[in-house]
Amino acid sequence: MTAEQGGLGVGASLRRKEDARFLHGRGRFVGDITRPGMLEVAFLRSPVAHAKLRSVTKPAGAEKSVFTLADLPGVQTIRANSALPGFRVSEQPALAKGKLRHVGEAIAACVAETRAEAEDLAGACVLDYEALPAVHDMLAAPLPTSPLVHEAWSMNAFLETRRDDDVSGLDAIAVAKVTRTLRTSRQCMAPIEGRGVLAEWDPRLEQMIVTTSTQMPHVTKTGLADCLGLDEGQVRIVSPDVGGGFGYKGILLPEEIVCASLAMQLGRPVRWLEDRYEQLTASANCREHHYVITAWADREGKLLGVECEATVDAGAYSSYPFGACLEAAQVGSILPGPYILPLLRCHTISACTNKPPILPYRGVARTGVCYAMETTLDALARKLGISAEAIRLANLVPPNAMPYRNLVGKVFDSGDYPESLRRAVAAFDLDTIRARQARGEVVGFGLATFCEQGAHGTSVYHAWGIPFVPGFEQAHVRLSPDGVLEVRVGVHSHGQGMETTLAQVAHEILGVHPDKVRVVHGDTALTPYSTGTWGSRAMVMAGGAVAEACRQLAERVGAIGAALLQVAATDVEVIGGMVRRRDNDGAVSIADVARTWYRAPQNLPPGVNKGGLEVTAGYRPDPDTGTHSYACHAAVVRVDTETGAVVIEDYLIVEDGGKLVNPMIVDGQVLGGLAQGIGTALYEEMPYDAAGQPLAATLADYLLPGTSDVPDVRLDHMETLSPWTTFGQKGIGESGAIGPPGAIVNAINDALAPLGAEVTDLPASPPRVLAAIQAAQAARR
Amino acid sequence: MKPASFSYVRPNSWPEALKLVAAGARPGAGTQSLGPLLNLRLAQPDTIADLRHLPDYAGVAVEGGVVRIGAGTTHAAIEDGAVPGRVGEIMAGVARGIAYRPVRNRGTIGGSLAHADPAADWVAVLPALGGAAVALGPRGERRIASAGFVKGIFETELAADELLRAVEVPVLPAEARWGHWKFCRKVGEFSKATACFLALPGKAPRAVLAALDWPPLVIEDASMLAKDPVAEAARIVTAFPELGAWRRALAETALRRAVERAGGA
Repeated sequence: MTAEQGGLGVGASLRRKEDARFLHGRGRFVGDITRPGMLEVAFLRSPVAHAKLRSVTKPAGAEKSVFTLADLPGVQTIRANSALPGFRVSEQPALAKGKLRHVGEAIAACVAETRAEAEDLAGACVLDYEALPAVHDMLAAPLPTSPLVHEAWSMNAFLETRRDDDVSGLDAIAVAKVTRTLRTSRQCMAPIEGRGVLAEWDPRLEQMIVTTSTQMPHVTKTGLADCLGLDEGQVRIVSPDVGGGFGYKGILLPEEIVCASLAMQLGRPVRWLEDRYEQLTASANCREHHYVITAWADREGKLLGVECEATVDAGAYSSYPFGACLEAAQVGSILPGPYILPLLRCHTISACTNKPPILPYRGVARTGVCYAMETTLDALARKLGISAEAIRLANLVPPNAMPYRNLVGKVFDSGDYPESLRRAVAAFDLDTIRARQARGEVVGFGLATFCEQGAHGTSVYHAWGIPFVPGFEQAHVRLSPDGVLEVRVGVHSHGQGMETTLAQVAHEILGVHPDKVRVVHGDTALTPYSTGTWGSRAMVMAGGAVAEACRQLAERVGAIGAALLQVAATDVEVIGGMVRRRDNDGAVSIADVARTWYRAPQNLPPGVNKGGLEVTAGYRPDPDTGTHSYACHAAVVRVDTETGAVVIEDYLIVEDGGKLVNPMIVDGQVLGGLAQGIGTALYEEMPYDAAGQPLAATLADYLLPGTSDVPDVRLDHMETLSPWTTFGQKGIGESGAIGPPGAIVNAINDALAPLGAEVTDLPASPPRVLAAIQAAQAARR
Repeated sequence: MKPASFSYVRPNSWPEALKLVAAGARPGAGTQSLGPLLNLRLAQPDTIADLRHLPDYAGVAVEGGVVRIGAGTTHAAIEDGAVPGRVGEIMAGVARGIAYRPVRNRGTIGGSLAHADPAADWVAVLPALGGAAVALGPRGERRIASAGFVKGIFETELAADELLRAVEVPVLPAEARWGHWKFCRKVGEFSKATACFLALPGKAPRAVLAALDWPPLVIEDASMLAKDPVAEAARIVTAFPELGAWRRALAETALRRAVERAGGA
């Protein structure tokens, strides 16, 4: 049933419960929260990419307001290890320790009554350092000639991975072979709200309370307790409203550790709010891949094998908890995409450079890998003289092969991949586009198909050996005496609309009206432990856990209701907010059951429901190898050959996320991801110079797509249930950000094909597009 | 990103404002450029003199074939038609393309011109329209031809003790043909190349090439550009030898398209 039909549960496009406060400006973010006696922190940050730090001279008279690592006793370094063989461990100090490894690395914390005064202090500190040559180029970084970022290492690489299928015979049997060198730029995630931390010590509870803008309060609690030497009961993390996460808020920050340590030491609340300059130049780095990729195909375009050398610039440190290899080490497993690939030879390097650590960003690895595979497929298609649609249809896993285990062991749960492609192509008038091309218009059509593993659990992450491995997701449900249902979850909602969708799940099971369901999240003191919101996992995992907890609660409610209805528990069912006799001869509401159990127990036989009306339940899909949503993105672009500018004329996404708990919210997720994907495709780029200096210090230099730059997009949904999840739902939160670079650049290259030009590097900015055109012109001369 | 400490002063009369500026105060108008510079601590003035409350700071008057536009007139006012006639129509079109409406609501024509960012819109457009910048100093007003007002990057002909009082543009005939084209990576961003082309009946057309990280290049007689835009644009752009291939292509495109938008030769 949909919302229009009056439904409120799973599948209804219910309006978001949380929007009233957001749209009226009543949201409460870290920056809205102050405490009496609170101090503000500004960080003195490294002006250079690589140096030996000799000393920090504090401003005269203000020595007690400036803190270096030596002033933070007992603070441990951040270590995000990996169990992958050969992984080199980096020690990330909360404040620089003897060495500076990237521009923006925090050196000292300056504390004052106002942020401006704290910045004055930072500006008055004097640094003494010995500059070292910067490692700025990920391709040169691992070479023996490069200076070492971490002295104890043998080379500038966190990790290398290899898969060595024998592709040596393919040259002999393939009809077409293409090789491409491709690059994606370093990007900076740019949630509207930056990071922010407010740390205060509660002497009564002997507890460090850190209010911080995080996606994963419980993991932050664990990591922070480790680094501060506290037990976990002494740390409480509150994550209030969070203005966009995208992965950037799934990281334990050095700043969180420093603020907490300062608050303990000073006995006063301490707050740091990240500004945009810090976010761009010191912190929110992501993406930056380089590929040399070769693909072989037969006459029909069927892939015979792929060989790939992939390098990812992982920056200077392995951030907690996901580590430095989350992009490169996944290239080999993601590269086959939704296709049947017989052979794969793949070597990856997670290069270590003098740049801020690479962090997970919506789409993690998949955006770059999808770009590499999809542009390579189109190059093959052009070589074979077949269409972009034909080469994909020749390789997509067919629906009758589901569930399908591919050559790297990923298991696709369900779906009709070819149908998503056919529906996308059918939505365009390709004849008109081809006619325009024939008239000399520089327009093109591009496709990208991919699948997105989401909600993968223990079996996948165990192999990575990161500091925590997700297992059962928990949810706690609590029926109040007035019949209101509290749903407490350890995941965090920061744009996903979970205050609504989890209420829909509870409604689906218990029938309690969503208005009477309160979803509580964002506070480790109030919610069960969870690894948090990331990896497109929350709707599968927390959704499943809420459903399970509600089912268990329904049994207890049913038992009480049966007692009130004077029948056996087996003679009732809980449905539509009521406990009903199966013979339809009487019913009692859940609210009446609650009121009776809490406030009028004299009306119940003794011993009914000793367990109470609060339930914590765990959930984990079986198998837990993850759901695979999938999509086909299709774009029509127009290229201005005199300026290199690209205009997106039309964009369509056919998407299958299984059962959509709230289709309207899913549309919002897909559109938001699309905007970010357009940023990757056309705008976003954080260049570094040879000295390791970031060159885009403001949003005038780091271009984000604005409202005028994102086209009206057409969305089409298929709905193939996952056989492994509670309602058949699939993780889909990152999907929108994965497809756009592939689809848009393929469209650009389709447009440029008559000119003999091809774009290989992201973003496909006007200078790059024009350079490709001019290079082709020069080659023809 | 908080500014270093500074004093904020709000002069209520022009003599008071001039005294403050002569004493080293940094004048502030809409502060759409100055604000970010303060926050990034790239500008750290001791004193900011907020000009916005001066008498007649904003406003438009027409007299003797000249439109006088108070320096404090906002881009939004110009966009909304504060300047009458054909020249007002042209200026409204330019204003509509400046940054975003919230910036235009506060940003002023005088503030932008005096700031002299080479990529700014009025820096390119006013020299093309002709007319003058009106400077007010201790000895009264003087007029500086718009074509030479901006003499460097963030550098103008204003003396240290002068304020920009107004800009003057000529009243244009209805037949004036105007072409303006700029390249922005996205809506609201600074231009990477701007060209303007103005043709008045019976006169040689004038063109301006700007936003190339350099003061605007004014071509007083752009007849050749009108006749042979491709070759002449390429020749004009050689005045900027430091441009890379992409900016050079943009600059040439800007000139050609400005001529085209003016209806060609």
